[in-house]
Amino acid sequence: MNLLLDKIPIIPGIVCYDTAAPQEEGFDFTVHMYGKVELFGQTFGIGRTLVTTWFFMIVLTILALILRAGLKKYTDKPTGGQNVVEMIVEAMNDFTVSNMGEKYSYFGKWFFGIFSFILISNLSGLLGFRPPTADLCTTGAITVTTFFLIHFMGISKGKLGYFKGYIEPIPILLLINIISELATPISLSFRLFGNILGGMIIMTMIYSALGSIFQFFVPAFAHMYFDVFAGVLQTVIFCMLSQLFIKDKIPD
Amino acid sequence: MDNYSIDPKAFVLGCSAIGAGLAMIAGIGPGIGQGFAAGKGAEAVGRQPEARGTITQTMLLGCAVAESTGIYGLVVALILLFGNPFIGQL
Repeated sequence: MNLLLDKIPIIPGIVCYDTAAPQEEGFDFTVHMYGKVELFGQTFGIGRTLVTTWFFMIVLTILALILRAGLKKYTDKPTGGQNVVEMIVEAMNDFTVSNMGEKYSYFGKWFFGIFSFILISNLSGLLGFRPPTADLCTTGAITVTTFFLIHFMGISKGKLGYFKGYIEPIPILLLINIISELATPISLSFRLFGNILGGMIIMTMIYSALGSIFQFFVPAFAHMYFDVFAGVLQTVIFCMLSQLFIKDKIPD
Repeated sequence: MDNYSIDPKAFVLGCSAIGAGLAMIAGIGPGIGQGFAAGKGAEAVGRQPEARGTITQTMLLGCAVAESTGIYGLVVALILLFGNPFIGQL
């Protein structure tokens, strides 16, 4: 176990710790460590990811509270801002219903939170932040919740059928079935992480390669693809695959 | 004798760079797969132009899933280049 814990910082290498990364001028995409906090005998580093994550969490929470405070004024005939809010919520509900069915439409509320956080993280590259989703720790944490949700729903809805699913079609495949269950969160988190990290590194390289004047308008086209297109697409894919994996474990 | 010895750090760094390049061979697979998906998507739109929205959505989903193997290769290459785990073991 100790050996495994020693190896863990190596796996997300660029991610959790500042290692031997090149620190050239204008070519910097590591997680800076601003400081360290001692908590429960463990040392936690405070990096760019943590700061940006908390910033966007506060922004989203304040936005939600403002919208919640305005909820009393909403009428049956929507006007102004109510139109926009209803449209967004309905779009997410329709998305969930199309993937999971009418019966499990309550997952729309959970995935709305996931969706908005991942979307704002992916798009934060446009504002010059280091996207929090370009860190395996963030995507891994989100995926762990999905992993627990998959198996919680499987056990609570499927009962014994859930455990029977592991020895199908033949009992010899038990081990392979378990490995494929463990591969699900890994592939989910690495897909999002790799896409956003790759986009961010390419953007950093473009900025460092271009001269001072060209930095104003040339990278906009690359931003369109790597931040807006890939960011939105990966957000939709992440939520859609999570919903499909959860639905997969629930018997009809 | 000293003239022919290699600095171990330089050797590990060079091998890591080669490894990163080899890891990116993984990009071939998603390239073929996504091209295939796009071709089939174009065929489907040609046959059924009214279902264009659904076809594009399905194709993008398939492409993004097919991309993940290439992304694993990219992650391995990036770790080798920027977060080299082997340097620490010298």
